[in-house]
Amino acid sequence: MNGLQITLLVLFGIFPLLYLRSPKQPRLAWSYLRGLVLTLVSIAVLSPFVWLVAAAFKDSSVMNEYTFFPPLEKWSTETLNLKNFRRLFAGEMSVKGMVYYWQYLLNSTMYTTVSTVLQLFFSSLSGYALSKYDFRGKRALMAFMIGSTMIPGVLLLAPVYKMFVDFALIDSVPGLLLTGAVSAYGIFLFRQAILSVPNEIIDAGRIDGCSEFGIYLRLVMPLVKPMSAAFCMFVFLAQWNAFFAPNIFLQSQNNLTAPIVIRTYISIYQSEYGVFLAGTLLAIIPPAILFFALQKEFVSGLSSGAVKG
Amino acid sequence: MQGVVELESPAEAAPEKLRRPAARPRRFHKGKAPYVFLLPYVLLTSVFFVYPFLRAVALAFYQTNGPRSQVFVGFENFVFLFHDSRFHSALGNTVTYTLCSIFLQLPLALGLAMLLNSGTSKLELRLKGFFRLILFSPNLVGPIFVGVMFSVLLTPRYGLLNRTLQALVGWGLEQSWVDDPKLVMPALVLVSLWLYVGFNMVYFLAALQSVDKELEQAARIDGANAWQVFWNVTLPSIRHVVIFVVILSTVGSFNLFELPLALLSSSNGFGPDDSGVTLITYLNEVAYRSGDLGLGSAVGWVVAISIMVFSFVQFRVARVAENE
Repeated sequence: MNGLQITLLVLFGIFPLLYLRSPKQPRLAWSYLRGLVLTLVSIAVLSPFVWLVAAAFKDSSVMNEYTFFPPLEKWSTETLNLKNFRRLFAGEMSVKGMVYYWQYLLNSTMYTTVSTVLQLFFSSLSGYALSKYDFRGKRALMAFMIGSTMIPGVLLLAPVYKMFVDFALIDSVPGLLLTGAVSAYGIFLFRQAILSVPNEIIDAGRIDGCSEFGIYLRLVMPLVKPMSAAFCMFVFLAQWNAFFAPNIFLQSQNNLTAPIVIRTYISIYQSEYGVFLAGTLLAIIPPAILFFALQKEFVSGLSSGAVKG
Repeated sequence: MQGVVELESPAEAAPEKLRRPAARPRRFHKGKAPYVFLLPYVLLTSVFFVYPFLRAVALAFYQTNGPRSQVFVGFENFVFLFHDSRFHSALGNTVTYTLCSIFLQLPLALGLAMLLNSGTSKLELRLKGFFRLILFSPNLVGPIFVGVMFSVLLTPRYGLLNRTLQALVGWGLEQSWVDDPKLVMPALVLVSLWLYVGFNMVYFLAALQSVDKELEQAARIDGANAWQVFWNVTLPSIRHVVIFVVILSTVGSFNLFELPLALLSSSNGFGPDDSGVTLITYLNEVAYRSGDLGLGSAVGWVVAISIMVFSFVQFRVARVAENE
């Protein structure tokens, strides 16, 4: 028996004791058990993050020596330092001169922001059209959309790539942005959310002389704010971490996004895990900030999209 | 969609002013507006989805060597796939992974959601958001990063998981998860568990919060045990979300690619003896590394058809369950 096993045994052993103390009123015992299980699961979920923070700052010579951080008395610049980050930000020579890591972060930010805004606008506009209008071809269009979500995107890359070559759009950021500007999935989420907007509001807007686009922008959108927040969070996460398409379509060193560059530190020839993990740690920060800021809206938006799903 | 019968009536062509103002609130408005609103989607989808999709559909019947040379081969690509043992591994692994997602990961996510939702004390209610945040947090990390992170966390002797397992059950310290063909799929499922359980839990939690608490209490007073309440009251109330999440997981599982690619990067995402190859990894290999876009498109067909079959079965099961 080691310390970990004994601790777990004691923690779980408290539950039957609590239960037997008052079997008629087992609420406290169950609360305890629930809390214990959730805490243990949370520790399991969080420990890779703690490990990640440690690994990003650990010197490569002691990477494997300590599972997490070295013990306090061993803390020095030889065990913990910023070498990994320095290496990441050192800059690389390319055909277009020195390129620094800031450039990739800037590219990622620009790329993610623009595609989030584009997707939000196009998806909500289409979702509004599908939920509050009736028109010829609506059913066919919706059936088409459902079908389109079942086609793997990887399959389409080759023809799109060829098209990009033909139109000289390879390595062009606007081209890449356009490929991901609409999503059937997003349109469905917005359709679901907008269905619950009362028709009276839209009619009232019409009577007051609002244009159709004005109704969408000024009346409908403010009412589906939680959905918009959840959707932005989704798109942001997907685009910020996007790897496959940017990896194929972007070529110049100064156009690359952060994940692609971070990935180059791991290859069959040489692997600098410390640098990779330092980059990973930095890459988590922007989505984490966004998620903390939008948490409430995110959760209620998810439920408004799915519950009626 | 009631009240759309008179959709094509000539009155609609009349100028806006002649209409009686909202004596009866109209549900639908006619005119160009919906077409204009859908135009960006239709245009972009035609260029970046329909056209490449039709190309890919046709390509499945050609053998290609890079984008320039194409030879019509009929069904030969499919015949090849039928006999290719690597493709069999890919299909088998992907189906295994999908089944694990549906029958292991989703029940776990639902269990955690119910655990979180059943807390009634003030403290538990306050901590709910906190736990939800923690369990969701792995989704902030991209699949590529997760894959590489776990390839380090799973190293023999030093990996966090290996050390934890050793301390807990006395096994696993020397296991090389990504080099042992028997352990590659379990490792993949484990990592995806870490990554996606919280994501699905958030959906389930949102659904559970809308379940009628009084109905559950009434069932309990009538003498139903906890399992009966869950099976007969709770689950039917959240069935729409369950179907939604199951289909979302199915589509996601069949598109599994970046995670194994990064986790098994020492073998280009294939794993030892093809033990970790997925359909999309296989597609990527034949289409983009070997340059046979035709064969790759044939694999794409298989993926799309598999997803449709799975989704169809799920819909039928859900419908049968509903009619019971």
